Amino acid sequence: MPKNIIEKIWERHVILQRKDHPAVLAIDKMLLHEVTSAQAFDELRRRKLKVRSPEKIIATLDHSVPTTSSREVIIDLQAKLQVESLRKNVKEFGIPFYDFGSEHQGIVHVIGPELGFTLPGETIVCGDSHTSTHGAFGALAFGIGTSEVTHVLATSAILQYKPKTMLVEFIGIPSKAVTAKDVIMKLIATIGVSGAQGHILEYQGEAITKMSMESRMTLCNMSIECGARAGLIAPDETTFHYLKNRPYAPKADHWRTAIKLWQALKSDPDCCYDQHVIIDIHRLTPMVTWGINPEQAIPIEACIPEVENAEQAYHYTQLRPGQPIKKIPIEWAFIGSCTNGRIEDLRLAAQVLKGHRIAEHVQLYVVPGSEQVRQQAIKEGLDQIFITAGAQFRMPGCSMCLAMNADKVPPGARCISTSNRNFIGRQGPGSITHLASPATVAASAIKGMITSAEEIG
Amino acid sequence: MMNPFQIILGFGIPLDMNHVDTDMIIPARFLTNTQRNGYGEHLFEQLRQQDSNFIFNDLRYQSNQILITRQNFGCGSSREHAVWALQEAGIKVIIAESYSDIFYNNAAQNGLLLITLSAFLIDKLIKQSSSKNGILLTIDLQQQEILTPEGEKIYFEYDPFRKSCLLNGQDDLDYLLEAIQ
Repeated sequence: MPKNIIEKIWERHVILQRKDHPAVLAIDKMLLHEVTSAQAFDELRRRKLKVRSPEKIIATLDHSVPTTSSREVIIDLQAKLQVESLRKNVKEFGIPFYDFGSEHQGIVHVIGPELGFTLPGETIVCGDSHTSTHGAFGALAFGIGTSEVTHVLATSAILQYKPKTMLVEFIGIPSKAVTAKDVIMKLIATIGVSGAQGHILEYQGEAITKMSMESRMTLCNMSIECGARAGLIAPDETTFHYLKNRPYAPKADHWRTAIKLWQALKSDPDCCYDQHVIIDIHRLTPMVTWGINPEQAIPIEACIPEVENAEQAYHYTQLRPGQPIKKIPIEWAFIGSCTNGRIEDLRLAAQVLKGHRIAEHVQLYVVPGSEQVRQQAIKEGLDQIFITAGAQFRMPGCSMCLAMNADKVPPGARCISTSNRNFIGRQGPGSITHLASPATVAASAIKGMITSAEEIG
Repeated sequence: MMNPFQIILGFGIPLDMNHVDTDMIIPARFLTNTQRNGYGEHLFEQLRQQDSNFIFNDLRYQSNQILITRQNFGCGSSREHAVWALQEAGIKVIIAESYSDIFYNNAAQNGLLLITLSAFLIDKLIKQSSSKNGILLTIDLQQQEILTPEGEKIYFEYDPFRKSCLLNGQDDLDYLLEAIQ
């Protein structure tokens, strides 16, 4: 029977499937960070269990850490304790760790791929919903809770029900002004924040094939925002080219064997999916959110729509139906996160910002997704473009995406952000968020209001 | 091991919203805690501060154990802290039209019962729970039914494996450890 790629990866990882039970699914890799792991290690100690395969795990600091240059100065004592707990835990259990000062510290979903730790056909988990990012490599990658982190630490396996599958096919090639962020925002706006609940997505289409790995990661990253636990893209030459020679990637003969396996890793012709969604993107324009969840997104040239049961959204964002989204004044702008904190995103933002200054009343934070991204940006002189434009170029971390550290948008302030969630108070209590691509965020920071990058000369 | 799930007799908290996300349930700034407790007092903190009429500010519902809400509850982040916060605030059962996948799994790991009902029944329960005297519900997982004071029985579907785990207080780790032997 023909199978899709999701079914193929699933079946290769089922260790045990009893009738009326969830499957015991083997997990190849796990990523750890400071926020969702401390309680998992405590449980392991309480049960007197060991970590089954520490070599299949990597850990780093990202969520709650400062993005200032003096990184060890963590004012929040609880956050400091959390960082120290992770240091202690990885030492005790022998898990590879990328601490401050390491050339690979960064957001888990940025460093996993950079290290070549993320590989096609694998099952990958992390106590973070944006683990879907790793699907860009043709891996089955999904977020789990802290209890499940304990399960994977102890057994390298997890209990899972077989997910439904959905093919998302993008038709057409949009204009150059459109990025992967706009493409995924279009999907979420179309099917809604729970449109893919219970499903794992496979993305296909000419536009996807032409995308760089960075763009594919942006796309897969936000799969969770339409309710899918994971979204993936079959690996191809672009994937292999990206992975070759990365620290954890297979070498020499192992590489050649791996390539052969990976080349066969794709959906069979005539295979089936539980659902098939087709999105025409050939006339897509840059997208911006107006409300309090990622489905409340519109083209940048559009007016805010009248939607039923959205009073809370209009009230919170202080906007009204019929108002154009363009020219809404913003005070803050954020470029970074596991969605758009990679080198390609920084290049795009720098291209828009070059030769410009951001508006007087705007604060722009540019936060690289990892130490590697930061160093590459400096090598290319992007840091100087950001600083000259009046932005702050900071140290790697999750930063203003979820405001767990000191990087917060003040109450009542409006921020245009390359992150992934515009939930109430996500960027700080009382903050208002508009999600957009790095190009749109950079352009908006220059004008001090929501602006398309095409308007910047 | 979790505490085995017993029959729950209690009143509902009608949270008449779709897409309640985990940032609403427990904002990220409270997640620097390294324990499994200390979250209940911050449950829905921003919504409580923003709106004095928010349901969790209403003293009438303060000690109620059954949360009744609509679609896609628990969407967003994978933080298990959302489940811990709800449980610490006394919630034992949630009745909704649907849940996000990760939240559903996290609830199962902690013995929080999530019941899925149709929009029609949710409408009715939200209306009854919002009435002056509320409505006393009996949640019986063994029988998979919700009993109302009028003697109505609302049957709900529940996964047999999860049911046995909840009733016996078993968690996934015991099953996994046995399976990989």
